[in-house]
Amino acid sequence: MAKKILRKPAGFYDVFERKPGDQLTTHYCPGCGHGNVHKLLAEAVVDLGIQDRTILVSPVGCSVFAFYYFKTGNIQVAHGRAPAVATGIKRALPHAVVVSYQGDGDLAAIGGNHILQSANRGEQITVLFINNAIYGMTGGQMAPTTVLGMRTTTTPYGRKVNNEGPPIRVVELLSSLDGPAYLERTALWDNKAIRRTRTAIRNALQCQIDGLGFSMVEILSPCPSGWKLNPDEAHEWMRENMAPVFPPGLKKDVRAEREPFFPEKRELTAEEIRAAVDLQIEEPTPYPSELVKPEYADPAIKLAGFGGQGVLSAGAILANAGMEQGFQTSWIPSYGPEMRGGTAHCFVHISRHAIGSPTVSNPDVLVAFNRPSLEKFEPELKPGGLLLYDSTIIDVTPKRTDIEVLAVPATGLADELGFSRMANTVMVGAYVAKTGILSREAIEQTLPLAIKRQNLVETNRKGLARGIEFVEGLES
Amino acid sequence: MAREFIKGNEAIVKAALLAGCRAFYGYPITPASEIAHAAAKYFPRLGRTFLQAESEIASIQMVYGASACGQRVMTASSSPGISLKQEGLSYLAGSELPCLVVDIMRGGPGLGNIAPEQSDYNQIVKGGGHGNYKNIVLSPNSAQEMCDLTMLAFELADKWRNPTVLLADGYIGQMMEPVDFPEAVLEVPEKPWALQGEAADADRLINSIYLVPEILEDHNRQLQRKYAKIEEEEVRYEEYLVEDAELVLVGYGIVSRILRSVVERARGEGRKVGLLRPITLFPFPKVRLRELAEGGTAQVFLVSEMSNGQMVDDVRLAVAERIPVEFYGRMGGCVPSVEEILEVVGETVRKHGATV
Ligand SMILES: Cc1ncc(C[n+]2csc(CCOP(=O)(O)OP(=O)(O)O)c2C)c(N)n1
Ligand code: SF4
Repeated sequence: MAKKILRKPAGFYDVFERKPGDQLTTHYCPGCGHGNVHKLLAEAVVDLGIQDRTILVSPVGCSVFAFYYFKTGNIQVAHGRAPAVATGIKRALPHAVVVSYQGDGDLAAIGGNHILQSANRGEQITVLFINNAIYGMTGGQMAPTTVLGMRTTTTPYGRKVNNEGPPIRVVELLSSLDGPAYLERTALWDNKAIRRTRTAIRNALQCQIDGLGFSMVEILSPCPSGWKLNPDEAHEWMRENMAPVFPPGLKKDVRAEREPFFPEKRELTAEEIRAAVDLQIEEPTPYPSELVKPEYADPAIKLAGFGGQGVLSAGAILANAGMEQGFQTSWIPSYGPEMRGGTAHCFVHISRHAIGSPTVSNPDVLVAFNRPSLEKFEPELKPGGLLLYDSTIIDVTPKRTDIEVLAVPATGLADELGFSRMANTVMVGAYVAKTGILSREAIEQTLPLAIKRQNLVETNRKGLARGIEFVEGLES
Repeated sequence: MAREFIKGNEAIVKAALLAGCRAFYGYPITPASEIAHAAAKYFPRLGRTFLQAESEIASIQMVYGASACGQRVMTASSSPGISLKQEGLSYLAGSELPCLVVDIMRGGPGLGNIAPEQSDYNQIVKGGGHGNYKNIVLSPNSAQEMCDLTMLAFELADKWRNPTVLLADGYIGQMMEPVDFPEAVLEVPEKPWALQGEAADADRLINSIYLVPEILEDHNRQLQRKYAKIEEEEVRYEEYLVEDAELVLVGYGIVSRILRSVVERARGEGRKVGLLRPITLFPFPKVRLRELAEGGTAQVFLVSEMSNGQMVDDVRLAVAERIPVEFYGRMGGCVPSVEEILEVVGETVRKHGATV
């Protein structure tokens, strides 16, 4: 195939060093529209003074090697993904002018969702969309823009409305979205049309330079090789067959209504970063281990009840307070297959040693908030283990005799305080008082962290105190 | 040091920000969504980018774009979403772009379920996308390591210009534990290859296409040399009581926590059981495994995974039939209990006549 030598605009490299073989001509076929559009883009980039900050995204298609030519930033990307990649680039380098250059297979078929979504986000990029009604690179297959009746290597009998559906009009489709600022369709069939294309490309780039939002030009472009026509016939064919389906024109231009948007750049100090991610520097206050009754040390605790009884947060309060006192701790909610039937449970470890498995088959402590949990988990408790249960709402008594049992009327005590939902913190208080495992201060400190609604922290503190008093009352 | 009692999934996000991560591109999926939630909360607070993309396919390509510009950047997902990210991972590897991909594995195949599995090992450690490439793969087993390995992942990714995957499971993600966050924030190295939106870009190209076979072969050879160096320099693992162990357990992620308890219980019964836990899955600690198989006291390996047995293939390759390698796996989101594995330990010992 004879190669067309481009008169090189300044936007091109002098010598196409990235190109294997002949480094003075492009790889496009004679009469190919890609050549025209490349030239218009290269000139525009220079004339608008943005060559240094332009980044061109080369797609998959005949223009996969656009990076051979443009003396700008260059990146080559996967088939159809150019608008997504361009999004990542533009968000990283807001000052750059990012151009996504795509064919119709790339943009409207495999990349259909990406163009739709980036247009809708109003992504500050410029898309040049080469509509040549065919897949050029892979051998003349049907594109989403192939017109009805057109023969391609995958529509040998012509595109049929009942099999492939009618062609997609992309700019019209995108013009129904609020995101885009500038959408135009142009053509390359004569000099006048090419001049309009030149203007449209510049408008689209200027739109991005001005921070006004998503801009795109769809360019009806000849593919003489794919269409099996000579270049002149190709221009004629475009006018006759493409113009009626894809009428050129400005489809959307709301640039005048847009406020320019330029994201501000912020550099933060280490301290500001830590503050922003809510990290405070503080040392734990080691807990005097002699206060822990030896028989209750290093417990694996299972807390169980109905969802909504605060079972998970009771566990989190214990584990968090354990950490504050220098213990190794872990908390894990019932998860996966265990998460059935509206019951919730969690495992908590509070240990002086590294914690292996965060779950255990036979816990040292069971805190049961409802009857099903008591009945289900009592048998699992380790011999000699400790069982706490809410004796207000559980109307049966534990069966085992080889364990220690503490009945806590948690819901009743919480009711007396006027907050029946505080039963979980009452239970936490009872457990801590019984075992001496944590200081009351540590628990109180962690309440604001574990309780989402800050107005409930005070009432939870009361619940905790009530649970502690209850056990102290039993013991005195 | 700043200590916080925190979910593994959330620790990742804070660690990423301390590591200088500038952008997060995600798509919701259980059980990884908390990462996106935390990122959506914290990234904008620092003036950094959080964007919910249209799909996992898009989010990994946004990562590609951001990484090409030199940013530290990440995405997070779970197994079905990771399948979709494989295209992007192959391109990232081909263009030698660093990034962090977090995979909070769940049950498969297909939609599977949202319970924890480890069945993405093959698709992450063995490639998954097309081409002769490797991800660097880190496997945390605690909330602390969700933090530490996230930070390390960014360093390794930049050091080697390679995508790095944090391969965790739903359990590690959901678990809350104390995490000590470092005080210092990480410095991002200079990246003279990255696009900057400046004149120097004209000499830079981010690319994975090499039309000439010999040139593509050279590129591939260079990648393989890089992977070989990574295997020399970056292997990380943890051992627990292997010095005199006759039976060595091997497991990663949440399973390694369970195996640690198994070792403690078995030792309590006087059995000489130890644990080797790979922290890097690529590079895999194969040299150490071979040493244990060759010179030490080990008579049998028992590998446990929450999968049909994927990492066990790498253990078998390393051990090369010097001593037997047995496997015990659970699937579908079932997590093996300590007792269950203790029983398998007993059976393994009986079968192989180890003195333990
Ligand atoms: C994932 C993937 N699928 C398919 C291909 C093969 N492929 C290369 S170019 C192309 C079509 C390009 O057509 P178009 O976007 O219209 O560009 P043109 O070549 O016409 O300029 C296809 C299907 C690929 N490279 N990657
Ligand atoms: S096949 Fe068509 S689109 Fe591709 S270079 Fe040739 S004329 Fe241009």
